[in-house]
Amino acid sequence: MALLEVKNLKIDFLTHDGPVHAVKDLSYTLEKGKTLAIVGESGSGKTQGAFALMGLLPKNGRASGSVMFDGKEILNLPTRELRSYRAERIGIIFQDPMTSLNPYLRISRQMTEVLELHRGMSNSAALAESIRMLDAVRIPDAKNRVHMYPHEFSGGMRQRVMIAMALLCSPELLIADEPTTALDVTVQAEIIDLLVDLQEDFNTAIILITHDLGIVAGTCEDTLVMFDGRVMEYRKTADIFDKPEHPYTQGLLAAVPRLDKKVDRLSTVSYEFMAAKGEA
Amino acid sequence: MIETREPILKVRDLAVEFTLGSNGLFGGKKILRAVKGVSFDLYQGETLGIVGESGCGKSTLSRAIIRLLPATAGEAVWLGRDIQKMNSNELLDLRKDIQMIFQDPLASLNPRMTAGDIIAEPLKIHMPNIGKAERAVRVAEMMQKVGLLPTMINKYPHEFSGGQCQRIGIARALITNPKLIICDEAVSALDVSIRAQVVNLLMDLQKELGISLLFISHDIAVVRHIAQRIMVLYFGEVVEIGEAEQVTMDPHHDYTKRLIASVPVPDPKVEMERREERRRLRKAAAKAA
Repeated sequence: MALLEVKNLKIDFLTHDGPVHAVKDLSYTLEKGKTLAIVGESGSGKTQGAFALMGLLPKNGRASGSVMFDGKEILNLPTRELRSYRAERIGIIFQDPMTSLNPYLRISRQMTEVLELHRGMSNSAALAESIRMLDAVRIPDAKNRVHMYPHEFSGGMRQRVMIAMALLCSPELLIADEPTTALDVTVQAEIIDLLVDLQEDFNTAIILITHDLGIVAGTCEDTLVMFDGRVMEYRKTADIFDKPEHPYTQGLLAAVPRLDKKVDRLSTVSYEFMAAKGEA
Repeated sequence: MIETREPILKVRDLAVEFTLGSNGLFGGKKILRAVKGVSFDLYQGETLGIVGESGCGKSTLSRAIIRLLPATAGEAVWLGRDIQKMNSNELLDLRKDIQMIFQDPLASLNPRMTAGDIIAEPLKIHMPNIGKAERAVRVAEMMQKVGLLPTMINKYPHEFSGGQCQRIGIARALITNPKLIICDEAVSALDVSIRAQVVNLLMDLQKELGISLLFISHDIAVVRHIAQRIMVLYFGEVVEIGEAEQVTMDPHHDYTKRLIASVPVPDPKVEMERREERRRLRKAAAKAA
């Protein structure tokens, strides 16, 4: 049985100007311990599609379709029931670590809170476990740094803290929403390499959401390319890079400048481009 | 061929230091040396890429060049005149010649001004003799040049997408006919395909207008695409400068090698090998530190 099975997921937002269809039709399957990349640009619905699983849609969002997690339907569960999934079985990392950490609380408090709430640990046991997890994400001197505030960490270190927090309860699924977009290229590579290592160590299934096809290549087994709320291409990552079938995927690949290939002009895939292909 | 010409901008041993607050009542003041003696030349019509990670001093350097920040030592010479010694009139002229484009497209535009007013503002300051009608014509022309519809002239920044906002920033920078544009992480906040559009636009405009670009970015792949020469900054120092091809294909400094190893390659097999290479370089760097 698959760990996660998303079928015909639709997400609408009710706005003053009428409904907006953010996700029109999204289906995919993720096995235990496997990795999937969901690639798309701003507004493609990639983030909302993942947030809906966790019941994290804004108030005016409506999701329909089916999301089976470990054999149980979790789409639109009441918040109380979803709590046993959030953090415990499904962890999430957001794009901007500074806005998702509480600036007033020490890292230690923010981490132990999770363990005390979900695991019923004592404060000292929770602290020891938090330090162990910060070690696992390679934060140097974790024993002392656990007592620091978020602003005392650099952007890359903050993202490591977020990853450590998401992994605290050893979730079976980790959703990483643009985890490296706000970071430098060198730090980005470190975070992505770290995710790959952790995935191997903890055997966590990962959904990596990104707009950059480049970082997907060596990371995920499967890749799903989204545009305008729909799936353009969903195949093995190796096959997609070997021979991208959809013009949108081809365009996205050619939009990224490469060090190993000199091109005169970067390709651009716009809404107009897709309209011309009859896709939008 | 380029080398025989006189550079439009000569930077020699430029240094910028910040004094940090003292530690307690008797603690001495700390000096942060953000830029440590940087030298380079920039020629007309050339793009020089400046790469380095956050905090390496690349933005501080660019701000010191146009005297948005005071330099502690060294000189920057623009068309034969020392920028550090310019009076306020000369500085105004300088800033007409050298314009900037910033990283955050929305934050660098005044939310209470319309796109048209934003683009027209440098004209009002630098060319006050131009009448209102002529100004409107120039703004409309410029909007078209950067790929904005002139009908958008009365819209506010929040009504534009990130890529469009960056186009407004480019139009504002170009309207005074500058000789040099400093692009400070100008495409870093944009999605890949929007980034490609803006990079293409900058390259087209440069070809058409013959302006020079100082293109600052942490992404060496983008820099190599747009720049003829690349300068690598590390902790405020130039560790490598040379032809883009040479710096990216045959880097000499370990930091440049690490930077290049970090750029993701959209090829799963190559990327697996590169991960091993990154692990090796990271271990070596940790050992050295």
